[in-house]
Amino acid sequence: MDLYEYQGRDLFERHGLPVLAGGVATTPEEARAIAERLGGRVVVKAQVKVGGRGKAGGVKLAEGADETVARATDILGMDIKGHTVHKVMITVTADVAEEYYFSYLLDRANRTFLCIASVAGGMDIEQVAAETPDKVVKAPIDAVEGVDEAKAREIVAAAGFPAEVADQVVAVAVGLWKAFVAEDATLVEVNPLAKTGDGTMLLLDAKITLDENAGFRHPDHEALVDQAAVDPLEQAAKEKDLNYVKLDGEVGIIGNGAGLVMSTLDVVAYAGERHGNVKPANFLDIGGGASAAVMANGLEIVLSDPSVRSVFVNVFGGITACDEVANGIIQALALLEERGEKVTKPLVVRLDGNNAEAGRAILDGAGNPLVQRVDTMDGAAERAAELAAAGV
Amino acid sequence: MAIWLTKESKVIVQGMTGSEGSKHTRRMLAAGTNVVGGVNPRKAGTTVDFDGTELPVFASVADAMRETGADVTVIFVPPQFTKGAVVEAIDAQIPLAVVITEGVPVHDTASFWAYNVAKGEQTRIIGPNCPGIASPGASNAGIIPADITGSGRIGLVSKSGTLTYQMMYELRDIGFSTCVGIGGDPIIGTTHIDALAAFEADPETDAIVMIGEIGGDAEERAADFIKDNVTKPVVGYIAGFTAPPGKTMGHAGAIISGSAGTAEAKQQALEAVGVKVGKTPTETAKLMRELMSGR
Repeated sequence: MDLYEYQGRDLFERHGLPVLAGGVATTPEEARAIAERLGGRVVVKAQVKVGGRGKAGGVKLAEGADETVARATDILGMDIKGHTVHKVMITVTADVAEEYYFSYLLDRANRTFLCIASVAGGMDIEQVAAETPDKVVKAPIDAVEGVDEAKAREIVAAAGFPAEVADQVVAVAVGLWKAFVAEDATLVEVNPLAKTGDGTMLLLDAKITLDENAGFRHPDHEALVDQAAVDPLEQAAKEKDLNYVKLDGEVGIIGNGAGLVMSTLDVVAYAGERHGNVKPANFLDIGGGASAAVMANGLEIVLSDPSVRSVFVNVFGGITACDEVANGIIQALALLEERGEKVTKPLVVRLDGNNAEAGRAILDGAGNPLVQRVDTMDGAAERAAELAAAGV
Repeated sequence: MAIWLTKESKVIVQGMTGSEGSKHTRRMLAAGTNVVGGVNPRKAGTTVDFDGTELPVFASVADAMRETGADVTVIFVPPQFTKGAVVEAIDAQIPLAVVITEGVPVHDTASFWAYNVAKGEQTRIIGPNCPGIASPGASNAGIIPADITGSGRIGLVSKSGTLTYQMMYELRDIGFSTCVGIGGDPIIGTTHIDALAAFEADPETDAIVMIGEIGGDAEERAADFIKDNVTKPVVGYIAGFTAPPGKTMGHAGAIISGSAGTAEAKQQALEAVGVKVGKTPTETAKLMRELMSGR
């Protein structure tokens, strides 16, 4: 889960890291209250999970409460690269003398964590690394040993931080590592890490990603999810414990296993190239051993997407038995009828593997005109795409 | 002979008394796996009956190894306890630990991996979030269905469980030496490269299918490895060409970050070193079939 800047600022503050005083507002009135509390000159920053908001006019200075309200009114509701601004963060201003870069992140390739530090901050770090690689230090971090003062000193020396800020950067490096571990983050990026005119350090921006697998250790992380930004279908699926991602095509997809479902999306997209360029409408993994109820929930979610014109159910029975899946589909359709939801969109079903013959016989025996059986994955994808293209 | 798991392997199950653990212990036994016991400190000294096979429960992995000579552990414990279970397996220096559990925090995986490295990598870790390893006709450690295919001379390594099953099914008439599901998490113990190296060295493997998916650069690094180290033919498949950037597609590690981790980049890297990459699982199987028929 990626956090908004204001959530990152709050998180840093909770972990005792130096940040600017501020608050978050969803309305101009809330912005006024924050501006009055802070006093004087403030910065109003659009809260969107996309870069380049400054250039897009999403970051403005304001003097006093009235001007803050005016700037907040301008920015709230603004569209930045397809993201609507629902919140603004308001902080006091900082007298920035120098800008550095500091981050911790997951290093998949080396199966550990990485620290990236640079005295050339405030810019895109990938660009800095490409143009002046000697200005960027990448230090692997041992997941067991972590970052203590000695390790932090090593990084600070290697990155060439000026002597007068070295102690402070070491303190930030150690504190940031503690926050990284304590919150089960996979990324904490501070850009810029600023030195102010009076020589103190400030974490001026926050880009944080939290590990959703660690949610059981962090009941408080649930509150960080921005419900307004969650797709309603994804939300409905989550409430039913379904692994669903909304996409923008026309062929609804249900399958078992993340890899097989990803593969199904691809195969449908290829077939779509021959059938009106239809595309997959979603990713939905019903997992292993899916029951009729799970299949019904999955079908309900997929069919409630108005852009779906046909559905492809692609199941390889490993542990899952295909006869159970077939019964699940038939029962799911009946269940949806009972719930008063008339199913009108065609379903293409491909069953293979464990008890596939029995499963196919069940589908044939049920004689539901909406259900079409195709016994190969590629063939079924072709049929589902064809039906979607025809069913405008 | 196969790789890492053979008829002689003696398997214990951490979490054998739990619902998933007991279900799959029964399946592993039915597949002919030599399961010799389980681990649960609270039930040490008891036995569990699996359709007539009485399996002892031990207090620790070390106890189980001492009493049974076990050399493989399959871990089914819930995510909260997975790190502890793997650390216990590492401390006992068991040669192979297969971590099935899905949903393990990545800090926990990074931590037990670093611990394993510090201890000299005495334990090969497969997973987490994987279906395990099967050497058809010999042994089965994990949840891969045993009846899809028989033994043969293809080696298979995959990030995905169901795509593993799909590929085993497509090529069931040829058969497999060993199928390894390495898991879909951002940090995993055994990588594509480890499996490629083992298959290259295995006299019972003639050709290799490698299945990858979006996220990270494991496939690109595998391509580099193949170029200099693998003489046996490799056929590849990558899932996730149509996945949008920034969205996690089911597996915690299956995410395109910015421009990194795309299926196109992986396909290009593999093709650049002469690996034929199929557009669909079926086409991939066809490529392998053509390759094997020429032998």
